[in-house]
Amino acid sequence: MASFKPTKIQVYPKLGEKVTQDTLYWKNYKAPVQIKEFGAVTSIDFSPVTPHNFAVTAFTRIHIYGPFSQEPVKSFTRFKDTAYCGRFRSDGQLLVAGCEDSVVRLFDVSGKVALRLFKGHTKAVHLTDFTSDRYQILTGSDDYTCRLWDIPNATELTTYTEHTDYIRCGVTSKLNRDLFITGSYDHTVKLFDARVEKSVITMDHGQPVESVLLYPSEGLLVSAGGRHVKVWDLLKGGQPLVSLKNHHKTVTSLALSSNGQRLLSASLDRHVKVYNTTNYKVVHNFDYAASILSLGLAPDDASIVVGMTNSILSIKHRKNQEDSKEIAGQQRRRPSYRVFVKGKNYVPKQDDYLVSKPVKEHLAKYDKQLQRFNVSKALDTALGTYIRFRKPEITVAVIKELDRRGTLKNALAGRDERGLSQLLNFIIGNLVDARFTPVLVTAAEMILDIYQSVIGQSPVVDRQLLRLQDLVKREIEFQKDLLEVLGMLDTMFASSLPRKEVPCSGHFEKERCKF
Amino acid sequence: MVEHGDIRVVHCGGSKINFRDPVITHDSRFLLCASGEAVKVFSTSTEECIHELRGHTGLVTGVLLRPSNHLQVYSSSLDGTLRLWDFTDGILIKVGQRFQLVAVHLPQSGDQMVEAQELSAVLSGVNPNPAAIAFGRGGEFIASVNDLQLEVYFFKKQKSYRFFLKEDNKKGGWNTFTCVACHPKDDCIATGHEDGKIRLWRNFNHKKEYTYSTLHWHHSTVSSLCFTPEGTNLLSGGVESVLVQWRYNQESERDFLPRLGGAITHITVSPDGSLFCTSHSDNKITIIQSCVKVSAVIQGLVKGDSIRTDLMMDPRSKALVLNGKPGHLQFYSLQRDKLLYNLDIVQQEYIHESGLQQFEVVKAAFDASGSWLATVEERHQKAAELELNLKLWAFDEQTQSFVLNTTISAPHDAQITAMCFCQPTDSQTTLLVSTSKDGHFKAWQLAAPAHTEDEGPSWLCDFVSAYHGLVPECCSFSADGSLLAVVFQEVVTVWSPSTWELLTTLSQPPGAVSDLCFGRLSCSKYLLGTTASNLLCWNLLTCSLEWTTSMDVRRLVADPLSENMAAFCYQSGSTDLFVFKPSEPRPLFSHKAVCSGKVTQAVFAPREEMLESCEESSQWLNRSQLYFLTHFSLITRFLLSPLKLVIDDSVAMTPFYLLLGKHRQQQQETALPQTSTSLLLLFFPFFSQLLQTPAHVLPSTSYLCSMFVQSLLISAHAEEEMESEKEEEDSEEEMESSRSKPELAAAAATESDTPALTKAQARELRRVRKLDHSWLAGLLDS
Repeated sequence: MASFKPTKIQVYPKLGEKVTQDTLYWKNYKAPVQIKEFGAVTSIDFSPVTPHNFAVTAFTRIHIYGPFSQEPVKSFTRFKDTAYCGRFRSDGQLLVAGCEDSVVRLFDVSGKVALRLFKGHTKAVHLTDFTSDRYQILTGSDDYTCRLWDIPNATELTTYTEHTDYIRCGVTSKLNRDLFITGSYDHTVKLFDARVEKSVITMDHGQPVESVLLYPSEGLLVSAGGRHVKVWDLLKGGQPLVSLKNHHKTVTSLALSSNGQRLLSASLDRHVKVYNTTNYKVVHNFDYAASILSLGLAPDDASIVVGMTNSILSIKHRKNQEDSKEIAGQQRRRPSYRVFVKGKNYVPKQDDYLVSKPVKEHLAKYDKQLQRFNVSKALDTALGTYIRFRKPEITVAVIKELDRRGTLKNALAGRDERGLSQLLNFIIGNLVDARFTPVLVTAAEMILDIYQSVIGQSPVVDRQLLRLQDLVKREIEFQKDLLEVLGMLDTMFASSLPRKEVPCSGHFEKERCKF
Repeated sequence: MVEHGDIRVVHCGGSKINFRDPVITHDSRFLLCASGEAVKVFSTSTEECIHELRGHTGLVTGVLLRPSNHLQVYSSSLDGTLRLWDFTDGILIKVGQRFQLVAVHLPQSGDQMVEAQELSAVLSGVNPNPAAIAFGRGGEFIASVNDLQLEVYFFKKQKSYRFFLKEDNKKGGWNTFTCVACHPKDDCIATGHEDGKIRLWRNFNHKKEYTYSTLHWHHSTVSSLCFTPEGTNLLSGGVESVLVQWRYNQESERDFLPRLGGAITHITVSPDGSLFCTSHSDNKITIIQSCVKVSAVIQGLVKGDSIRTDLMMDPRSKALVLNGKPGHLQFYSLQRDKLLYNLDIVQQEYIHESGLQQFEVVKAAFDASGSWLATVEERHQKAAELELNLKLWAFDEQTQSFVLNTTISAPHDAQITAMCFCQPTDSQTTLLVSTSKDGHFKAWQLAAPAHTEDEGPSWLCDFVSAYHGLVPECCSFSADGSLLAVVFQEVVTVWSPSTWELLTTLSQPPGAVSDLCFGRLSCSKYLLGTTASNLLCWNLLTCSLEWTTSMDVRRLVADPLSENMAAFCYQSGSTDLFVFKPSEPRPLFSHKAVCSGKVTQAVFAPREEMLESCEESSQWLNRSQLYFLTHFSLITRFLLSPLKLVIDDSVAMTPFYLLLGKHRQQQQETALPQTSTSLLLLFFPFFSQLLQTPAHVLPSTSYLCSMFVQSLLISAHAEEEMESEKEEEDSEEEMESSRSKPELAAAAATESDTPALTKAQARELRRVRKLDHSWLAGLLDS
């Protein structure tokens, strides 16, 4: 004896974004904290030491925020003009920043007044950084030069004048104290070695370079400029590896996730994109309200900080594991898991006589009614409020099943005004859904056949029937239009395709000639 | 000694077991049922077939236990004999030659012969259905129903009563009687009706004062009724496939056993009442314990209204696969003549109601390794769109069965006409091509999931194409999977599956190409197609027609293990078989009149171990066997048998021997039909036999030569005719003693094939041939 086979609910493909591990990971952030700064946020830098404060450079100030505070824990306001590129030293003690007035200032994180002033550039300094030996500073300026300074006696060590345009970005090597990289508006990215007078490697990006980033291994370099993000292999002498063009406006900032598996790029098109660094495919995308100028990622991806042109700083904190556990703990009022698995793992002994427990099959309510051939009740169950609105595919599947059984007419017949209007409501709501149309059209036709004689008795039903008529009329119009468009497209495609002669066998050719 | 092959057509299974009601033996250990021309003995506990009682030459129409000996059973057949069997040992005891019986019915007491003879005398206009007759209460009376009439005949009084029902009662039910059963202890007759009612008749030994009560549960025809031996329960069944157990005298209490399978056709109860047994329309017998619990199921080959899917071989289990129960695919073991399992394709509750359009499996295809199965189910309702589903099933190693992988609803706009998998086993990508009446063919490919990692790979459409709006009829992949041929009516288009480029088109008007097959192995450059009147062979290297013959090929089958192809062609009411290689103009084997009627389904089944046969005509059976389905729903196959078996009993018993013995032709090289059979050709096999025999086993050439010349010389001398006549007799004796089959058949064939020859010529020819053979046969035997 076979068991009752439940109604098959068609599984429709989910529309929209696919759920992947990446989307789950990158969606696991709280709602962003928005902080209004005094001007466009041009740079964000995280302190390498705990508690991983971050320096936000905006207009004439540098604010340092703690990991959870919404108020700045520290502010540096002694700038005469717009400040640029506030960066921490690797011990988190010192902070360097450039300025529109061409002076580079070095601060103690705990102090307020600049410890050193480096004067020598003639134009705004957009790039500042510490070398890995902590005693030198790299600066790059709009006067086309980049310089190395000695911190203890505030003197200039070397000047490189190879770039032919503004130097707006750069990075020092974390592994070698003599290596640093600068990107310039002359479309080039240059790798310098402090031990020699000239640049070692020059890479042509093709667009003004806005941001450069070194991988932790420092074998790969990422540069952003224009709409492109390019990855270079430094170990092969600056060979281009990949060119990514996923933004539709200039890419302004780059960041690498803590495990080095994901690359983030921020752009003026208000998007932050996450790439997989093995295949360089976009795996996730963040949307922001305004053009993004700077992007920072806390260690362990604990927070994503984004600075925008509308002078808003957006901080997204990662959801805590404990938080989600707490929510789960509140719900747990039910019998424990142990109750359900009790005795399941019991291994019968040799002499035990096993009495098999009949497996109780769970059937949905509508299936139980269908099993008993109560067709009207089955349809009523499937038209319940929850199913009707949340899972219309179940209702449609039951209607289809009734149609297959040849009893749909019986199920639809004999309804009062309320029942009929409910049914019509459902049909009106779902008739134009392409997934349900074939089934619901049959049902609608049957309803019209059955209730033809009582049309005009109830104003509610009449109104709904008119709505249905309108709906069908409109849908037919749409379909006609679509067909027209399809025809146009077909002709366009056909004319754009090159004509190709199909090789024929000789015999067929002859036959065709005869015709 | 070299084994000599003799190719015969043998019926090998798949016969109905639900034709007549089965019988359970007194000890409830065995179940006997009529199955084609044999009676099968099944064990009720293990469901195994223990014996097959063979001997009847017609359809067995009834089986009944002998009341006086509980180890013996009677069977009746359309051949007009009644046979008595010992079913525990499977031995035939007695044959009674009598008039043609439709069914055997024996009362529980009394002499069966007398009763049976009386049956033909006392009642006229008896319904041919055996369910319409029943003996009542220890053989006191016999009840028969026909149409709207119930007739009861009392043996003692020699009197019969007739009761009529009105044609149609007010509620629109049909009152026609369908079956009858008599209570074993009580004066009560239960009758089943077409409207699903059961009437219990009492007091029927009076013309006027009879009464009846009505039981109604079934919604459509009651097809079988049965009382338990003690008369406490009444069992009924019908189209609903629900066994209903009514308490006698407490009819409101009922037990149900739903969803037994197909419609119930017969219900029987074992003599001790411990087992019930229901036969179903899907060739199934269910054994049910008296506590209304299914204990065993004996399932035969299900053949529905039509075999929509072709015959296929499951590459893994080597089982025959075809559509069986509605919505199921059946896997049938050819070796054991047993249904292995049913695969539920549709996965929907089957509604037992006549006239309802249900989903049916219409197409199925296996890939070469058997790890993928594609099925198409469709349901066509009037005034509604065609519902189509393409399902892809993956073989699961753990559960050893097919698991649904992908369901594609509405893969095409119209019916799918053909479907095939790409053949090569080594390639990573699996490709499925389906052609449809909507004018398109689509290629489906197994694609890795785009994003989600938890789901496995699923099937996606890879390519869609059409050709001048023509309807594609069939498709085929070449053996290496590098070419795809799709037939668009008259045009064969050849595509490259890697680039989806149309490589070439082949056409041979007039007539649409109906069947398409690529050559294999050494013949892989050939593409074969059949039209209504021609068999065509194209060479794919030159893109031109290689050869063509005019014959009405109904089915073209390629052997997957060799180059051989089998063509079944229909000619004047019967089907002929030709086995050929595409590269050779002569067929390897031909067999006229394989069976009457058309053969549209056939399949090559690989053998488990290869045979060693050196004879040319039977080599094609070395690697695989050819099975085909006749319209009797029997599976038949070609069997290679040793020479000496000709007059053996076991051969005589097979029905096809008797049917086809006259027409048999062996070892005769028949060219295609249009080539006239020349006399010289008749000698050909002997020469070839001579030439094929290894040289080291032949006698010396001088010895052979003299014999050969002698054999030719005899016909020239007129005066030796008397002697030669004697020789002819001698040779005939010799021939019979040697029991060699070929001559007989060959002679028969010549007689039938060359009616234009004069009698004298024919006799001469016969003599020449016989003599010719006699020396050769003697030679080969030595």
